[in-house]
Amino acid sequence: MRRGPWLWATSLAVYAFLYLPLLIVVIYSFNDSRLNAEWVGFTWHWYDTLLHDEAMLGAAGNSLFIALVSSLVATALGTMAGIAMHHYKLRLLTFMVLTPVAMPEILLGVSLLLFFIQALNLTLGMLSIILAHITFSIGFVAVIVRARLAGMDESIFEAARDLGASPWETFRYVTFPLILPGVVAGGLMAFTLSIDDFVITFFTAGVGVSTLPLHIYSMIKIAVTPEVNAMSTLLMLLTLTMIVLASRFAPDVLKGKE
Amino acid sequence: MRSSWAGATMPGCSCVTESVHRLVPAARLTKWLVSGPPFLFLLLFFVMPSVIMVLASFRYPGEFGGLAPLAATDPGVLQGVTLETYQFFFSDPIYGQVFVKSIFMALSTTLICLTMAYPLALLIARSPKKSRDLMVLLVILPFASNFLIRVYAWMIVLGPQSALSQMVNGFLQWFGIAPVHLLFSPFAVLIAMVYVHLPFMVLPLYTNLEKHDPSLLDAAQDLGANAWQRFWRVTFPLSLPGIFSGSALVFIPVLGMFAIPDILGGTGDMLIGNLIKEQFLGTRDWPFGSTLSIMLTIAVLLIAWFTARVAGHRGSYA
Repeated sequence: MRRGPWLWATSLAVYAFLYLPLLIVVIYSFNDSRLNAEWVGFTWHWYDTLLHDEAMLGAAGNSLFIALVSSLVATALGTMAGIAMHHYKLRLLTFMVLTPVAMPEILLGVSLLLFFIQALNLTLGMLSIILAHITFSIGFVAVIVRARLAGMDESIFEAARDLGASPWETFRYVTFPLILPGVVAGGLMAFTLSIDDFVITFFTAGVGVSTLPLHIYSMIKIAVTPEVNAMSTLLMLLTLTMIVLASRFAPDVLKGKE
Repeated sequence: MRSSWAGATMPGCSCVTESVHRLVPAARLTKWLVSGPPFLFLLLFFVMPSVIMVLASFRYPGEFGGLAPLAATDPGVLQGVTLETYQFFFSDPIYGQVFVKSIFMALSTTLICLTMAYPLALLIARSPKKSRDLMVLLVILPFASNFLIRVYAWMIVLGPQSALSQMVNGFLQWFGIAPVHLLFSPFAVLIAMVYVHLPFMVLPLYTNLEKHDPSLLDAAQDLGANAWQRFWRVTFPLSLPGIFSGSALVFIPVLGMFAIPDILGGTGDMLIGNLIKEQFLGTRDWPFGSTLSIMLTIAVLLIAWFTARVAGHRGSYA
């Protein structure tokens, strides 16, 4: 089809725009200089500093724990919501599930801050972060599960019922195996969203607990050092590995995301 | 274990009517069991907080943050409900100006994203099927790295010692113009806004463009349309739904963004998001912060409604 040189040139420029800044971050993470300016020489120094940074390691541990717990709960609740939205066409539930996904994150962040402090009298920390992350993840899981259900033939559920399966049996032996790729994709999405979230965590974390994005934020605000570059490079490597693994072991999962 | 109502042991066709009759209460129970937990969770952690925010906007701020009591024993203390935060919002033009500035920022970001995303989405949609997935993946891949890292990258690219800064300032010096700071400027905020939201524009555009029937372009060509006419009269009008959904996906998050101006902007580059953050975590005037949040919500709802209307209207033509 028609793909003129002009289309190629602009597209390549856009790809360059997407990748060059990140490439520069990676290159400077190996630079033997405190300044992200001139190339001085190759070093592993910033990675070494990073791996001995107790605060950073603690924050990373917190992020992992929060992501695990919140994505598990959000996957369960989101799957239920997706099934309910598909089967029962509940308009109020659909509105409640989709609105937090579509609103600017800051609105959910500040309203949860108000709610935790004013209504629940809760000390901000791990619990408030986990509850907040579940709240914003449910919608994403529900949308993916609903999309999976929408592509299915209704008659298989009727067939299961006609053959005498109870609602639980229909779910356990028919619905669940069929939506499993969607559930897994939703769970991975919830996990990624949680581990990446900055805005909502920023408002619901309080002073005691830090997560990786919060730690990166405070590092950036204080000073730009190649240690941030090293951390960024490691995180990019991690994400890349996860994507490769996901496509290797569960190609269906990546497909289900679309 | 089979539950008793299933009637699995009943032979013949009678089991069908039997199970249909007994299914009703069980089905109703299932409905509540499935929709109940997510409903209750969201009622508690999404609806309640929103309601409390609306209520908080009509209260006085507490002495040490939070809200003032509804009824205090000390008559000298501010108490009860008030419209003061709303009067304050409309009496000082600075807040309206920040809203206008934020809307302008969201509009510029959306337009730049559209200009950059369109050729790319078109190229991907017109590429052979087997290379499309890879080209889409290449758009999403940088998006998979943490949001703050993508913003931080621009701190380096636009920093005073960066190659780009030195090039720009060398160029300006040549014309005898004083050097400029690229970092901590509205320019830095805009470029990072575009960078962070570009995939949100590319993906819906691609999804739309990919569905176009190539024979339409052949037909247009046979009827004598040149390349520009084929684009402007065929491809572009058909892609309007994609343009609208992509624009909404970029415009709305930019409107509420606080982190990018916070990291890359100067002191004068505050947007609505920064104003809200400042009320909740800085000056701790929660009622006024709530009022600003409600104003932002109203702006978002108006835009969403407008987009849905225009897109629905246009959609019927496509």
